[in-house]
Amino acid sequence: MLLNRFLALLSTRNKEFLRDRSSLGWNILMPVLIVAGFAFAFSGDLGNQFKVGVLNQHTATAESQRFLELRHIDFYPVDTITSALSKVQRHQVDMLFDAEKQQYWINTESPAGYMVEKVLLGVASQGFEKQSVSGKQIRYIDWVIPGILSMNMMFSALFGVGFVIVRYRKNGMLKRLKATPITAFEYLSAQIVSRMMLIMVVTAFVFYGTNFFVDFVMNGSHLSLFLIFALGALSMISLGLVIAARMTSEETAGGLLNLFSWPMMFFSGVWFSLEGAAPAMQAIAEVFPLTHVTAAARAIMIDGASLLEVGYHILVLLAQSIVFLALGSWYFKWD
Amino acid sequence: MNSLSDTLLEINNLVKHYPSVKAVNGIDISLNAGICFGLLGPNGAGKTTTVEILEGILSPTSGDILYKGQPLGDQFRKEAGIMFQSTALQDYITVAETLKMFARFYTRNADLDELIQRCNLTDYLHQDNRELSGGQRQRLLLAIALVNDPDIIFLDEPTTGLDPQARRNFWELINDIKAEGKTIILTTHYMDEAYTLCDEIAIMDHGKIIAEGTPKDLLAKHFNDVVLQLPESVMNGFDLSAFTAHSRHGHVEITTCDVDEVISVLIKNNISLAQLQIRSRTLDDLFLELTGKELRA
Repeated sequence: MLLNRFLALLSTRNKEFLRDRSSLGWNILMPVLIVAGFAFAFSGDLGNQFKVGVLNQHTATAESQRFLELRHIDFYPVDTITSALSKVQRHQVDMLFDAEKQQYWINTESPAGYMVEKVLLGVASQGFEKQSVSGKQIRYIDWVIPGILSMNMMFSALFGVGFVIVRYRKNGMLKRLKATPITAFEYLSAQIVSRMMLIMVVTAFVFYGTNFFVDFVMNGSHLSLFLIFALGALSMISLGLVIAARMTSEETAGGLLNLFSWPMMFFSGVWFSLEGAAPAMQAIAEVFPLTHVTAAARAIMIDGASLLEVGYHILVLLAQSIVFLALGSWYFKWD
Repeated sequence: MNSLSDTLLEINNLVKHYPSVKAVNGIDISLNAGICFGLLGPNGAGKTTTVEILEGILSPTSGDILYKGQPLGDQFRKEAGIMFQSTALQDYITVAETLKMFARFYTRNADLDELIQRCNLTDYLHQDNRELSGGQRQRLLLAIALVNDPDIIFLDEPTTGLDPQARRNFWELINDIKAEGKTIILTTHYMDEAYTLCDEIAIMDHGKIIAEGTPKDLLAKHFNDVVLQLPESVMNGFDLSAFTAHSRHGHVEITTCDVDEVISVLIKNNISLAQLQIRSRTLDDLFLELTGKELRA
């Protein structure tokens, strides 16, 4: 009977969402529009300035120094060779240059790398050892897509569950359900599962639809990505439940949901890397579920990371889901 | 007094206090199975709070409620049918889907086809809940309340906002349900509704029951007179001080046990009786008598 009641709520909620064309359309259209906007914005040749990572800048030889003094090349210091090399592989940096050992690495598939090499050899033609790497270019659009997918999921999870529960409470629908044998557990489970199903379907649709037009990088397992998104959806839906557990005003709920979603949108590493950000900001970002979904999805999509390699993010998301679910169920009121 | 075996619902010293108001202030009700019980009172009397406590929606501050001799619990939720004063229905869901969803919440179900026919919903089955008229919506809410073939049915202001024809149709439905031996608890503003449908009524004011019994008994107990009504415009300044009379909604109402005497005085004073109406005392009068207030105030 429990299952029957759960399924009755689930199927009705699914129908309600799928028939609300404007809401469904917006859920699908918004991320596609964002991605299309970015693809358009970054399609032109905006990177006129070359970018060179420099190892051992302080102990540069005289020959190297002549190269480092050139204008219109962005030289920036690099501490470790490994991460810098991966950026060369992804075309995020045009050259990695060791100023002490007079070595340089360029991507053989990068036109910009070729140009910087010609410049280097023009100003200091002797004694530089060339190392080649290769790899497909990682564009900003490739880097930002995992974040956009996660962010879209966050809005759908928070507003799709939180806002709807508050609306039902306000208009008396929850009170009517309270007068039936339905338990809070059955009701909340149906809401969570319904929203998860819809989020996963919409996210898959956006993922493959966007990929068709933008052809972004996907080096990892689709199944791993699916699991990360499912876990991310669960944690953010649960957060929505906590916010909506007792609230009766849609206006207040909307404000509170915005209070959670906007900082997450800006400070979870969706749009820019948190590397080098202020420690306080990094600590705050660590609390947000969106940070962990984005980081794990990005690691899977760009680096081809396994679930084990993103284990830390999985653990945090799991812990957050359990805490938010327990809190939301315990605090929940029908009216 | 009801015998214990007949009693379906027993309420003892029910109290509900909010920080700023005593909404229900110690009421006792004993309901036999199969009756239609009306809870009457003006806005703010405490009747909706009382009913919501009985429905298990609100918790009382103190007092006992026993359903079939047991505190309200799972059995009650399975066997009760509830129609709230205002309930939103899910958007984008049809009438048929709404009924099926509620039916799946219960182990015991009424025959859905029969219910749809009885509540006259056949023509609207595939209509979105948002597109229902007031009367269609009330009939759907009644059908939802009946979907589990309940033993006890709560109807909170079921005909508020309906036009006279829709109200009459709704009364027929409730009479049908009564005929099946279901127990009904009805709250209403409309005295004609209570008089027509209820076997027993209780009048509430300020959180207390101030009168209880069958409508006829209550009227007989408090009144042995009738009311003569004439438009104020035909009275031509006639001095009514010799009668028990007052103005109400543009009419003069004269209360008397001797209709012949009043009429002969009016004729002697050349008052036109063309628009004279004589009516028995109503529950509205009873409420006015008991509380000094109009029921719909």
